[in-house]
Amino acid sequence: MQLDARIPSGPIEQVWDKCKFDMKLVNPANKRKYTVIVVGTGLAGGAASATLAELGYNVKTFCFQDSPRRAHSIAAQGGINAAKNYQNDGDSIHRLFYDTVKGGDFRAREANVHRLAQISVNIIDQCVAQGVPFAREYGGLLSNRSFGGAQVSRTFYARGQTGQQLLLGAYQALERQIGAGNVEMHPRSEMLDLIVIDGRARGIVTRDLITGQIDTHIADAVVLGSGGYGNVFYLSTNAKGSNATAIWRAHKRGAYLANPCFTQIHPTCIPVSGDYQSKLTLMSESLRNDGRIWVPLKKGDKRSADQIPESERDYYLERKYPSFGNLVPRDVASRNAKQVCDEGRGVGETGLGVYLDFADAIKRLSQNGVKERYGNLFDMYERITGEDPYKVPMRIYPAIHYTMGGLWVDYHLMSTIPGLFVIGEANFSDHGANRLGASALMQGLADGYFVIPFTLGHYLASNKLDKVSSEHAEAKGAKEASVAQINKLLNIKGKRTVDSFHRELGKLVWEECGMARNAKGLSHAIQRIPEMREEFWKNVTVLGSGSEINQSLEKANRVADFFELGELMCKDALDRNESCGGHFREEYQTPEGEAQRDDENYSYAAAWEYKGLGKHELHKEPLTFDYVHPSQRSYK
Amino acid sequence: MKLILNIWRQKSAGETGRMVRYELDKVSEHMSFLEMLDVLNEELILKGEDPVAFDHDCREGICGSCGFVINGIPHGPRRGTTVCQLHMRSFSDGDELFLEPWRAVAFPVQRDLCVDRSAFDRIIQAGGYVTAATGGAQDANSILIPKSCADQAMDAAACIGCGACVAACPNASASLFTGAKISHLGRLPQGQPERYDRALKMVAQANEELFGACSNIGECEAVCPKEIKLEVIAHMNTDFIKGAIVYREESSGGGAG
Repeated sequence: MQLDARIPSGPIEQVWDKCKFDMKLVNPANKRKYTVIVVGTGLAGGAASATLAELGYNVKTFCFQDSPRRAHSIAAQGGINAAKNYQNDGDSIHRLFYDTVKGGDFRAREANVHRLAQISVNIIDQCVAQGVPFAREYGGLLSNRSFGGAQVSRTFYARGQTGQQLLLGAYQALERQIGAGNVEMHPRSEMLDLIVIDGRARGIVTRDLITGQIDTHIADAVVLGSGGYGNVFYLSTNAKGSNATAIWRAHKRGAYLANPCFTQIHPTCIPVSGDYQSKLTLMSESLRNDGRIWVPLKKGDKRSADQIPESERDYYLERKYPSFGNLVPRDVASRNAKQVCDEGRGVGETGLGVYLDFADAIKRLSQNGVKERYGNLFDMYERITGEDPYKVPMRIYPAIHYTMGGLWVDYHLMSTIPGLFVIGEANFSDHGANRLGASALMQGLADGYFVIPFTLGHYLASNKLDKVSSEHAEAKGAKEASVAQINKLLNIKGKRTVDSFHRELGKLVWEECGMARNAKGLSHAIQRIPEMREEFWKNVTVLGSGSEINQSLEKANRVADFFELGELMCKDALDRNESCGGHFREEYQTPEGEAQRDDENYSYAAAWEYKGLGKHELHKEPLTFDYVHPSQRSYK
Repeated sequence: MKLILNIWRQKSAGETGRMVRYELDKVSEHMSFLEMLDVLNEELILKGEDPVAFDHDCREGICGSCGFVINGIPHGPRRGTTVCQLHMRSFSDGDELFLEPWRAVAFPVQRDLCVDRSAFDRIIQAGGYVTAATGGAQDANSILIPKSCADQAMDAAACIGCGACVAACPNASASLFTGAKISHLGRLPQGQPERYDRALKMVAQANEELFGACSNIGECEAVCPKEIKLEVIAHMNTDFIKGAIVYREESSGGGAG
């Protein structure tokens, strides 16, 4: 199939306006005749559900948590970007567009990124109108900070809880629509399959996580806002429940999955402390605005931080990147941390950590000044590690945080299955090979509030959809397949727990397809994962039944998909013989050790088509750069 | 360290529950409380026993999924800390712990330590929002908000909806939760048009859900992992009383034209 991104022609500044005008509208009286399914209630799914319901569509929304307010967007800390230029420091829509394309290492679609930058300004307006308590200056104006490698202050924030406050804004708008009867909300419900009828997405199969009941839900279109797949790695900053089942099962029904190897490692997480570790905790990278990153100059220096004099410290980011210093993009900061630890200069018991030191900031701003900016993060660090970061430097290490890859979508955010739309982290569209800080919240809300309401309406208005019911053979077949998989898992009755398999998979993928990758390691993983998967299906144990709350069964269902997705990630990474953004292939680096792109051969989005278990066909969407000329990223 | 755990086991909402005793060795002080339960669950599964069900998701204290009572205190002994961020260094070798789900009529137990908190969602549905449909907003800086107002609104908005306040209250009142939302929105200019109506509707819904009334005991504030202050309840009561005075039946006059 030829991939058509459906980008209107014309100057990039006018493409979205033109697209909006060209799109067909659904008459207000007809909107109520349509039913739309939304899976996920994070920033993208929550915003989409609320907005579609406000417009008059019947919306059915699903989330696996006990309340839509708990979606993992809630954990985003640092902030949300918008090209408001309130600080008069030279920001503009074009600059945000430029920074995002460049930050993504020239592997994102220009038109999508430009639209994102344009919409960013509306998002802040909308959120303020909802009562999101963004930080303010004494005069009452909104406060901004510089964040994650940006040279302008365009990040809006609500203390260290920006994701929480934005999500609660969307959640409250959603609850208003639930109360008004416009959204039928299904919490504690997990999507198990996509129903495709006559080539179009027409519904989903779900499992009620309380009763175990498996149902089919029919609609005119399906929107997935189910988040990323970082939990393939087992240890990540994702919530424990975050999973890839919705996108993976849609993928198996025909939706192409793009750039799965583009995963983001976040440089400022609390290091692993033991084998029982269940997740990693991120410390907002806003900390890098005032904290200084260093390791001892000498290998194996086991002195405590306060015993190491200034002259024996290596502030390696400030040394190597004088113009960006500690604020280099995430991929650069992460790789450098790995490098100094590989050299044997890492700190802490495991040697897998670097210092993030606030001593200078405390001198400059006073302890209260630092507390005002980062108090909740310091408290969190202290709770987890038992160390007081006002007195001793924090220890940080990179961890998997975000996945730029996801289901392939066109400019309308529609996948290769007509009627299946994908928004937020679940799609692949806007961040290329590396996402800039404070851009995930922006993209989730842009997709949910301001893109999908138009493009979904256009789809409904321009296609005649036959009436279908849950008695349709495809719907019944999908339901039966879901029931069969659950019964299969329950009847293996093997000897190993689900978590033990998940940990084993995660460790392998982290080692071979994590911060640095090479052909040998990736080939090893591609050979090893199917073996592990086979053992999983023979030797996993899931106690209990399918007709009750069964958290092991929920996990087993998700881990089954992580095995398949993990394999594809490694294949994609092996296939991309270049380094770009978060995808660092050791064979392809500049003499200074920076990522070496190969624009001639790899300037495309890799969209994989499912061809049966372990089999995929690659389709390429060429990427062209007419406005931001590809260059070697340099943060020196 | 070694621990003795007494955990509430209940298969489903309809069945009777009971405390079951477990002994757990090799607990590291660096583990989080939930990681300690993960270790217990792995052991149980390998012995062929059903693992303990408990709600959790982000494990960084912000999603509000987790929470149960440890030795009589919701979220356990550490102030301002959810159970997922509580670490075992807060306990000592040989401690005996009693873990129970939130106890409140409005929060029926679903299994083991999991309860149904959908009543909180319905309180928000009743009025815990600003009516601002997508697309109609003016420029974000066109209404100035004093920093102190924004900060106080944020203090209240930090609520994670975990339900510890209800579990701690002898009346199982949801006043801290309800008051937090009323206070968050009531302190901002955007929340003014619906302010008094919001208080009336949300309080009425809380009553309907069979949460009790507030009698100013303050246990809720003491256990709140986000340290929401009792003053939000005062804010709620003030808005409720003002709302009751100005309340009129909505007119059904219809629009012009």
